[in-house]
This record gives sequence, structure tokens and C-alpha cells, in this order.
Amino acid sequence: MSKLGLITKGLLKENPTFVLVLGMCPTLATTTSAMNGLEMGLATMFVLILSNIVISLIAPVVPDKVHIPVYIVVIATFVTLLQLLMQAYTPDVYETLGLFIPLIVVNCIVLGRAEAFASKNSVVDSALDGIGIGVGFTLTLTVIGIVREVLGSGSVFGWKFIAGDGMLAFVMAPGAFLVLGYLMVLFNKLAKR
Amino acid sequence: MEFLLIIVSAIFVNNIVLAQFLGVCPFMGVSNKLSTATGMSGAVCFVITLATVVTYLINKFFLVPLGLTFLQTIAFILVIAALVQMVEIVLKKISPSLYQALGIFLPLITTNCAVLGVAINVVTKEFTFGDAAHMLNLGEATVYALATSLGYGLAMILFAGIREQLSRSNVPEAFKGLPIAFITVGIMALAFLGFSGIV
Amino acid sequence: MAAESNLKNMALSLTVVCLVCSALLGGVYAVTAEPIRKAEEAKVAASIARVLPGFSEQPSLEKVSVDGIDYTYYRVPGTGYAVISTVDGFGGPLSLMVGISEDGLIMNTVVLSHSETPGLGAKCTTDESFIDQFKGWDPAAKRLEVRKDGGEVDAITASTITSRAYAKAVSNAVAVYSKLTENE
Repeated sequence: MSKLGLITKGLLKENPTFVLVLGMCPTLATTTSAMNGLEMGLATMFVLILSNIVISLIAPVVPDKVHIPVYIVVIATFVTLLQLLMQAYTPDVYETLGLFIPLIVVNCIVLGRAEAFASKNSVVDSALDGIGIGVGFTLTLTVIGIVREVLGSGSVFGWKFIAGDGMLAFVMAPGAFLVLGYLMVLFNKLAKR
Repeated sequence: MEFLLIIVSAIFVNNIVLAQFLGVCPFMGVSNKLSTATGMSGAVCFVITLATVVTYLINKFFLVPLGLTFLQTIAFILVIAALVQMVEIVLKKISPSLYQALGIFLPLITTNCAVLGVAINVVTKEFTFGDAAHMLNLGEATVYALATSLGYGLAMILFAGIREQLSRSNVPEAFKGLPIAFITVGIMALAFLGFSGIV
Repeated sequence: MAAESNLKNMALSLTVVCLVCSALLGGVYAVTAEPIRKAEEAKVAASIARVLPGFSEQPSLEKVSVDGIDYTYYRVPGTGYAVISTVDGFGGPLSLMVGISEDGLIMNTVVLSHSETPGLGAKCTTDESFIDQFKGWDPAAKRLEVRKDGGEVDAITASTITSRAYAKAVSNAVAVYSKLTENE
């Protein structure tokens, strides 16, 4: 696969949300607005890229039977690193995303890419894979966030275009499932073409 | 009375899947059949309760006194992974029939974010159950974990029942599979929204 | 290819990974500890500045127990008290900071954390007509309860439970103030 292909595959062919259907919890929970979705995507991308790089470096020397625990430790380390940095420099974002920052550890996308890609490929390719999947994840989360914010609050990235409230259900829990469901339908329809 | 509030709140009002979005991946993954959904619910119930108690104790008697709470994430995930392994080994020895029923779900549970999510929530969040906000004590934490996982089981089994019917209905091509499943969960979540405010 | 999975290799690789990771995290923790503390302090200071206009330097945190509940408050000499009051809201804990002047008037309130419904109860953080009604409120003259319960607090539309909890949090803070000043 070409280097460019590695970066762009996350958008459509291996889109983490619509095709691989991984990392559903943060996808549903943090997309109450476009900005929240974007921030969650970036946080996940940070961990994804760094853990992909390190795991592709250490994979050759890690014994097979303990590779999963080792990968989990590496991923958890980067998540904790991210937690500390966010608490120090972006405390507001850290508070908004809350529980879902530590939960990046168990985001199946991160461990999935480590296992399926980074452990078998070169450092450069693994970094590009991290960027590609990360960008795909971030964009998807932002799109879901935009849809929910437009319908639920009548605004985009905090900019209000209608007076009063939107359809509140869309910023609450049910809206997350409904919007994701209908966007999947749309994605399937368009992908079939 | 307080325990009753915790139970109602954890099962219905703040349902772990339908309101807190934890453990959605396995929720979608194994709810195709009622029997597997029941098995998975049982395994999750067991692991969440056990993991919460163990991580609660580790946090209280190890991480907090040593000032290492920033290592919570990493310590908890390792404890949960080790615990799941141990449960698997012990179950195999003690109760082969139970192992038969739950065994295949156990490895999947380590990466079920519901387990880590509940464990972290219990030691970091303040709760109010009809009285002043406070951190949970061990007894409350155990009841909360058990009730939360029962809520997981309830949502999963309800959903599996609906999904078995769904598989026999005529669904438009683009909706087939996961899209219609997500829309169904959305409607279930709407129904559960009706519980909000009762506690 | 991957090293052989014998006990020595497995134990060695796990130990090395854990050691390297904890060393890295320990280092980052040492570097970020100060900024994290500063960020937390700045947040508290910003809240106090909103509820007690005119305060200048960081007052020290103090604790008091009223009716079996522990409250945290900040005393700003010459200005008043900033009391943190947490009650059960609609969706979970609703935590307020309430500024009370020396003579017992409420100066302002600010929500520290909440889990109210977006677009309904969560308006208690943005709805100015709701928040501003507490400014200058005299608890001795006006009851701190929503109108439905016989008080004079105008509730947020369709969010009576949140408004009721908000009023309760403010009146709890007033109780803390009374306790603090009863011996003066």
C-alpha cells in the first residue's frame, strides 16, 4: 500500500466507525457537540500514533505469549501521559471529556491497530497508519458532533443559527444512537455506489 | 433505603449502556442471540462486581496512601486483565459447567470499557443518593457495581430479544445489520429516558 | 521475529516495559504537577472572583460541618464568604459556589459542576434571568424556594427539579453562613 494510501484509508475504506465499527463508546458519548467530537478524536489520535510507533519498535523483541499485556501497558502509559498533560494545560477540555479520556485504554481501535498493523509493519508505516486511522476517527466524530449539535442545539461549533433550543433528544443519549444509525445507513448507501 | 436508591438509579435511570454509553462494542457484538446475550451478561456481572471491589481496595490502601493516583488508569487495567485471567483459570477448575457457559466471553471482557469505566467512576466521582454528595464506601461501591452490571444485563437481554425478531423482519437493504440495531437502541434509550428524575 | 516465549523472556520483557513506563510517567508527573495545581487554583480563584466581586488574593480553604454535612468555604476578610454547596440535582450532583456578603446578602452564585439535562436543567449555568435573580437576594426577607413550593425563586421553564435543587444549594450555603457568623 502506498504511503498516501495508508493515510487516506481511514476516511472511507477502513473508516473506524462505519466500516470497522470500533470504539463505539467515545463515539456515542462525546459527540454532543462538534467541538467535543473533534477534541475526543484528537485525543485518541495522539495515543494511537504514539502507541503505534512504540509498538512497531518493540514488537520484534516481545515474546508472543505476553504481547497483549505489554501492548496494554504501552497504551496505558500514553493515555496517562495524555491525562497529565490535559489536566495541566487544557483542564476545561479534560473536564468535558471526563471518563472517556482514561477509557482510551480500552478503545478497541488502539489495541486493534497495535495488534493488526503496528506489530507487523515498519515504524514509518505504523506512524502513518496511526495518522490515517486517527484522522478518520476524528473526522467521523466531528461529523456526528456537527449533526447532533445542529439538530439538538441549533448551532455549529458553538455558533447559533436559530434562536431558542433545538430538538433536545439529539444531544441526549437516544440521539447518539439514532444519529449514528442513520449516518451508517447513509454511509452504506453512498459506499455501494 | 439508600441501597434501594443506588439500585434503581444504576439499573434504570443511569443505565450503563443506554445512558452512559459504556460497553457498547460487546453490547452490539453479542446481542444477536438471546442465549449468548444471557451468557455475556452473566460474565460481565461477575467481572464488574469483582473488579470494582478489588480496584476500590487497591486504590484506597495502595494508590492513595502512596500518592500514586495518577497511575490509576494503568494500575486498574492491569488488575482487570489479571483478574479476568484468574477468573478463567479458577472457573475452569471449580465449575466446568459454568466455564462452558461463560468461558468464551471472558477474554473479551478485558477490553470491555464498562469494567474499567465503572471501576474508575466509583473511585473518582461523587454520588448523591437522596443526601449530600459523597464518595462511595466499599459497601455502596459493591452494590453500585452489582446494580450497574445488572442494568447491563437487562439492556442486553431486552435488546437481544428485539434483535431476534428483527432478524426475521424485512428491513431495507441499507439498514440491514448494525444501522437498524443502532436505531433500535436509540428508541430503547428514549424509553429509558422516561426513568430520569425518579431518583 | 519475536523472542522465544520462555519464562525468563516473558518476565524480563514485562519487567522492562513496566520499569520504563513507570519511569517515564514519574518524570512527566513531576513536570506537570505544578501546572496541574496552578490550573486547579486558577479555576477556584475564577469562581470566587465571580461570586465575591472585589476579592484580590487567594484565600485559604476552610471546612465546617452543618447538620452532619461537611462544607468547604473560602473566607475573604472584608468582603464575605464563598461557600461550596453540593446537592442532588436532576441527573446527579449539582455543585454550586455561593458568595455571601458580610451582612448576609447573596452576592452571586456559580455552578461548579453538574450533570443536568442539556438544554433543560443545564440552563442553570447559562440562563441569565435565572442566575441573576439570586444577586442581592436577602434570605431573611425572601424564601429560597421555587414558587411552586411557596418561595420566591422563579424556576427555569420545564426544569423545576433542577431549580428546586439550585435553591436548596443556595439555602444550604446560607445555613453555613449563619453557622459561621452566629458567634460574632
